[in-house]
Amino acid sequence: MLLPIATMVTEIPISWYLGLGLVMFCLGGVGVVVRRNPVVVFMCIELMLNAVNLTFLTFAAYGIYPGLNKATAYQSAMNGQMMVIFVMAVAAAEVAVGLGIIMAIFRLRNDVDVDDMSSLKN
Amino acid sequence: MDWLIALRDGTGPLGQWGPIVLGVIRVLLFVVPILTLVPGLIWWERRLLSWMQDRIGPNRTGTITFPESFPLAGLRGKKVRTFGLLQPIADGVKLFFKEDATPAAVDRLVYFTAPAVALFPAFALGGTLPIASLRYPFEAAGSGIFAFFTPVANVDIGILYVLAISSLGVYGVVLAGYASNNKYSLMGGLRASAQLISYELAMAMSLACVVMASGSMKIPDIVAFQEGPLWGFVNGVQNWAIFTPYGLVAAVIFVICMIAETNRAPFDLPEAENELIAGYHTEYSSMKFAVFFMGEYAAMFVFSGVFAAVFLGGANLMPFRWEQLSSDFPAMAGLFRGLAYANYWLGPVAFLAKQAAGITFFIWLRATLPRLRYDQLMNLGWKSLLPMGVANFIVVGLWVVCTQMFGPAGGFASLLGAFVVLFVLYTNLVGAAKTSTPGIQKRGIKMVDPTPQGVTMVDPNKV
Amino acid sequence: MSASEIGFLALALLAVIGAAGVVLIDNPVRSALCLVLNFFVLGFIYFTLGAPMIGITQIMVYAGAIMVLFLFVIMMLKRQGAMAKPDKPDSRLGLAVVLGLALAVTVYATVIAPQGVTLPLGIKDYGTPQAVGVSLFTNFVWPFEVVSVLLLVGIVGSIMLAKRRI
Repeated sequence: MLLPIATMVTEIPISWYLGLGLVMFCLGGVGVVVRRNPVVVFMCIELMLNAVNLTFLTFAAYGIYPGLNKATAYQSAMNGQMMVIFVMAVAAAEVAVGLGIIMAIFRLRNDVDVDDMSSLKN
Repeated sequence: MDWLIALRDGTGPLGQWGPIVLGVIRVLLFVVPILTLVPGLIWWERRLLSWMQDRIGPNRTGTITFPESFPLAGLRGKKVRTFGLLQPIADGVKLFFKEDATPAAVDRLVYFTAPAVALFPAFALGGTLPIASLRYPFEAAGSGIFAFFTPVANVDIGILYVLAISSLGVYGVVLAGYASNNKYSLMGGLRASAQLISYELAMAMSLACVVMASGSMKIPDIVAFQEGPLWGFVNGVQNWAIFTPYGLVAAVIFVICMIAETNRAPFDLPEAENELIAGYHTEYSSMKFAVFFMGEYAAMFVFSGVFAAVFLGGANLMPFRWEQLSSDFPAMAGLFRGLAYANYWLGPVAFLAKQAAGITFFIWLRATLPRLRYDQLMNLGWKSLLPMGVANFIVVGLWVVCTQMFGPAGGFASLLGAFVVLFVLYTNLVGAAKTSTPGIQKRGIKMVDPTPQGVTMVDPNKV
Repeated sequence: MSASEIGFLALALLAVIGAAGVVLIDNPVRSALCLVLNFFVLGFIYFTLGAPMIGITQIMVYAGAIMVLFLFVIMMLKRQGAMAKPDKPDSRLGLAVVLGLALAVTVYATVIAPQGVTLPLGIKDYGTPQAVGVSLFTNFVWPFEVVSVLLLVGIVGSIMLAKRRI
């Protein structure tokens, strides 16, 4: 009675999930370096955080190292999952404050470009 | 029954495809009624609104006048009226054949995606909603034929799924507002995003109250909880959430949030026609507009279903526990047994009736209440509904714990205590707010004296 | 290829398209939409990992709340005339791509390649709301409280930043 996707027992090797996380993380990193719009830079950071979340959950489901016993494996899975929840909560707080900062900067300078935000330089 | 079990478990003639076929049937059983009933809803809204506004409304479409030369003598010259029931078809034909204008400066990809994005959550929302009773009378949960056909997915995260999908409902509006490249549309999109984020929170709090009381996020479990004895000790009556004190508060909050989430009057600020022309769908014509329209009605329909399932006892026609009554009153056991079976088989009808009542309520509100101002909307969401939801959440916790520890009397005592505490807090806060400087002066806004100089107000009672 | 592998590859493709769109598309609103796609698909990937609670929270928090906030701010800034400048990737793009590829190769070689074909442990029900709730209020109650304080600080801070006059 469940959604097919929710019951889909994965026989997928761990490297696929980790690879997806890696691709997302690197794309996010490139975006942070390349883009100049602070909102987009911020979105790229969110992307990197989500890549990390995916990695946490992957290790939760697959175990950090082979040969975990049953109880330790459950505890380790819970730990990975909890990290994801805390990262989400911290990301939510970060977005609220970060977007507030961007709005404040916009009000001050009437333009948003990370390359021009160099008041603290020298 | 056996072939259904085989189909579900993948051991029937269809093999592995059995569960998938059953899933498709479940989805169709949920979606097809919505698709077929939406035109009826449009007719119902127009007729009901016109009655409430002392008009006649669309009552002519579908009237057949038989000519004098008609073969059947009895029908010659007679008119057969259908109360305008064919009006939605006429509307549909009109929308199909209107010119599909696309303004030049729109962001084309987003512009064409937005209606589809608006329609998706309305249909996906009910995926965890049981539209019939999942328990055959006098048997264990999960028995009976309806259990195979509803809900689409009985997952652990039922209520969260509803909240998650309803929070995606804002995208259609925001994207349409942005892509239209029109100042008013953008304003509509901005208003919608702020409005939906604000009301999402209060809605989550109100649903969380029922989740906490019933101890499960599965909507079928919440319905089963509502089939228990009222307040835990009135054996013959079902414990519908709306009959419980905390559930009543939660239901009021949920209804208000539900109207705000579907962008219906009095919360239709994103499309306020006398401020923003038509808001986010100003630039949409023809079928693209019709898709927005359909999404709104489908969302109303499904949200009414959520309300019926979570607060109004799901697919039970009346709040009586017929099975319990039949064992409590052996003299009338036959009657009550019959009613229990009738209640089971009429479940889908009862559910539809509750949805229809919900939609009628939507239309009634639209005809009754004027639109809120934007600051009133924000104040209502953040300063009234959210604190009320949080307070209610604490009260539910107290209720559950005290009922477990001291029985039903403990529950009511905790309720009384909570009420006293909240009342004292409220009066003190209001008093403090009155004695402190009014916010409007603190912000440096000068109030104009409403009585002009030289004009003295005359007390009408003394003339 | 099994059905679950095809399913995963389809989801992963959508997620990568979304992620690439965020970085490559010039228009911030479209970038944000690509990110919404990515987050939404990521929720389903979490479902396939057996964590429905996290998956639905992902959709609710990221796709439903955080990205709406982003879109709200982008549209507000756009309305007030910011973001008129095209944000074309410039000379830094080459360097960034090289560095990104270097990072990817390094991490792949040191972390992912040694993993081999490890298969899931098949832990039952570790992602249900009950399991998450019990864990959150027993072993992780202190981090939970700290995060709640953090969120409160976030609320106060963002109000301080955003309001012109308190």
